[in-house]
Amino acid sequence: MASDKKYRVLGTRPIRHDGVDKVTGDARYGADVHLPGMLHGKVLRSPHAHARIVSIDTSKAEAHPAVRAVITGADLPGASEKPSHEPIHNILAGAKALYHGHPIAAVAATNVHDAEEALDLIDVEYDVLDPVMDVREAMKEDATLLHDSLRTSGLGEASDEPSNISQHFRHQHGDLDVGFAAADYVIEREFTTAMVHQGYIEPQNATAHVTPDGRVTVWCSTQAAFGVREEVSDMCDIPLSNIKVVPMEIGGGFGGKLFVVLEPLAVCLSAKSGKPVKMTMTRAEVLQATGPTSGSHVKVRMGCKTSGKITAADVTLAYEAGAYAGSPVSMAAMCVLAPYLLEHVRIDGYDVVVNRPKAGAYRAPGATNAAFGSESVIDELAKMCGIDGVEFRLLNAVKEGDRRADGPVFARIGFIETLEAARDGEHWNTPLGESEDSSVKRGRGIASGFWFNIAGNASATLSVTADGNVTLVEGSVDIGGSRTTMAMIVAEVLGLEAEDVHPIVGDTDAIGYTDFTGGSSTTHKMGWVCHEAALAIKAEVVERAAKMLEVDASEVTYHDDATLTASSKPDEKLTFADVAAAANGTGGPITAEHSKNSGGAGPGFGTHVVDVEVDIETGKVSILRFTAIQDVGHALHPSYVEGQLQGGAVQGIGWALNEEYFYDEKGLLANASYLDYRVPTTLDVPMVDAVLVEVPNPNHPYGVRGVGETPIIPPVAAIGNAVAAATGKRMYHTPMNPAYVMTRVLS
Amino acid sequence: MAKKRIISFTVNGEAVEVLAEPRESLLEVLRDHLRMTGSKEGCNNGNCGACTVILDGRVVNACIVLGVECEGSEVTTIEGIASAETGLHTIQTKYLEHAALQCGVCTPGFIVATKALLDANPNPTEHEVRERLAGNLCRCTGYDKIVRAVLDTAETMRGEAG
Repeated sequence: MASDKKYRVLGTRPIRHDGVDKVTGDARYGADVHLPGMLHGKVLRSPHAHARIVSIDTSKAEAHPAVRAVITGADLPGASEKPSHEPIHNILAGAKALYHGHPIAAVAATNVHDAEEALDLIDVEYDVLDPVMDVREAMKEDATLLHDSLRTSGLGEASDEPSNISQHFRHQHGDLDVGFAAADYVIEREFTTAMVHQGYIEPQNATAHVTPDGRVTVWCSTQAAFGVREEVSDMCDIPLSNIKVVPMEIGGGFGGKLFVVLEPLAVCLSAKSGKPVKMTMTRAEVLQATGPTSGSHVKVRMGCKTSGKITAADVTLAYEAGAYAGSPVSMAAMCVLAPYLLEHVRIDGYDVVVNRPKAGAYRAPGATNAAFGSESVIDELAKMCGIDGVEFRLLNAVKEGDRRADGPVFARIGFIETLEAARDGEHWNTPLGESEDSSVKRGRGIASGFWFNIAGNASATLSVTADGNVTLVEGSVDIGGSRTTMAMIVAEVLGLEAEDVHPIVGDTDAIGYTDFTGGSSTTHKMGWVCHEAALAIKAEVVERAAKMLEVDASEVTYHDDATLTASSKPDEKLTFADVAAAANGTGGPITAEHSKNSGGAGPGFGTHVVDVEVDIETGKVSILRFTAIQDVGHALHPSYVEGQLQGGAVQGIGWALNEEYFYDEKGLLANASYLDYRVPTTLDVPMVDAVLVEVPNPNHPYGVRGVGETPIIPPVAAIGNAVAAATGKRMYHTPMNPAYVMTRVLS
Repeated sequence: MAKKRIISFTVNGEAVEVLAEPRESLLEVLRDHLRMTGSKEGCNNGNCGACTVILDGRVVNACIVLGVECEGSEVTTIEGIASAETGLHTIQTKYLEHAALQCGVCTPGFIVATKALLDANPNPTEHEVRERLAGNLCRCTGYDKIVRAVLDTAETMRGEAG
């Protein structure tokens, strides 16, 4: 299902421009920054899950000969006077430590080991309190409270009583009673998912240099260079325009590097010491104290006719926000029932604080947890009706013009096309077979997922070089190959090759404001901006060619091969390179910049099929085969689109089978290493077949939909459904590790 | 803090001397003393493989080898895989052609581990590739394109050798 238009560059697979640097070790990531006279900063973290900070004595640390600066919560200028539930206190604790690993103080010393030693010299007196770790425990009326100042915003009304519930919201239409009365089958199921981490390989890092005139430069690993500038400005009380943020190459993010954790500390330590300060996290710190995604409790009640038509759905989502409000539950509510046309529906969401690190964003934040619930129930209903999982979904699937469960009306979407691709695909039509080992059972599962995708602000600048190439400065951090896609768009417009365009990511002083790399927005928004900027270059090249040919610009035609001719002078032909070489004499350098706040994001639907083997004597689940199908709109660089589907699927496999934060009874994290928080290795997964369905987004010049997030939504439910098919026992909990699977098999 | 020691060893064929604390890892020696930052720190615990180097013919995680242990040793890092004479190594070319990297931070470790794997076994099966690279974590790609790149590298190099 290729797009209607034919492209010359888009849809091909050029080598990425930053590729050589990344295969030779030359690429510079944040931890590779080294400045003359640089100090090293480390963070003292709370050894308790919940404690009042009675006193902090830093005098012994300050007396350490290698120490140059020590800061505590009182030194963070933006934090003063802010109530305890404000997330700025997540950067450096105020009156209370709210999770194991919460920053309490930070030290800068002449080397990293001395900084670590100095942390031991800081005396902190804690009044240890009981932690509340689980979302349902935290919602109880007599629960231990994290914040005296937090009030529930409940269905639009503010409560007077302190609570751990920061928000309760509802989406509703139709009449649930009518819908359930019309059903032949009604089931209600409850699901729990454990908190999981993005697991990016590069730990967070930040290097800051505050000069005597108050100018600040921050080099860091971030998905949001402009966001870092704003957060540092707010938290450190520094004028925005005094801050320059240099986004270094980023070693993975998946949403986990949207918000600062170290940058304000490095800035404060640099301001205090007068030296550049570099900070990097250990893996344990990354797991303890960055922004993982919520554990959750999901309840789904759904009814359908024997024909398979869903008559009503009632979903309750309760998400752990961590120590400060703001779990992704609102996004989960947008996604949980989105694939299906529903007349009678209600979705309730609760955002709940607990003594865990503040939840960040993790790839389609919130949607995976919710889809585990809804897609498991769909699977069970389909089986009750005796209808194939693809056909059941096709009976209820949304299409253009349908209203999403939480309100918006869909433009052209390709959910049905993903289901048809599954139905007609080789995987679905290949017999599952049986294991030779009688204790190993096979099952096949299917699940679908929806992510809305976003657009947003983006800026890019193009400059034509004298030898007929183009340099591109873009504001979007490139987390997985996007700068090449941008170069391809410019090349497409100008009749050049991708290699003729030289893209770099600009720092915040070098390029216009650009929203974060996330929300599957980058190819959409930055692609659009690069398209417009390239059109402007094209128009200017036509003007210059007209001058050179001494004709009116209206006579000039810019051909697809980057040559230009004038209708009145058919024997003369110029190339883009000719015009570029002459530019300084025909009016000056040829450049163009474009900025735009694009709308028109196109939602992404995915359908995944998975075959598993379950050893019913050990509970071990093995993935035999995995197919990830997605409506990607238009795959500009198909390799990188496939990579998004494959990478998302494997993160989903880890989430389904292995990964979880394991806290002990005191609320202390017991598995803060890659050895114990086990992400999938090469041996844990098979090849992942990525099937690209292309239903162009009508609201983008190249039909782009975001692709990065949708692929992590279906895998957990698909694997749960496959394990259920293999064992006859439904899965209600992640991770579906051997212990849980055995519990269910033996039930 | 113990007194610093001089460590003499060979990195990518060049003799080097470093004055380092005994507690410093080979990774710190490479990154902080020699400023060879191609080897990455992902876990500092031997779990992720981002700092994979070849030490006297053995694949090791540089984060859990002490620098002082390397006295007299030969170390190959990611910076030693390509050369000015021959350009990129086939492994590097194939990783690029297969789009076997996204963020790229695990890539140096994977490429060094791939070199060691193919040096020892020029004709690995898919399972052997997966088994030998299981100590290197990648969170972006799902490994599909990495495994394909390694298998294609092996086939290409066998053709070149053959």
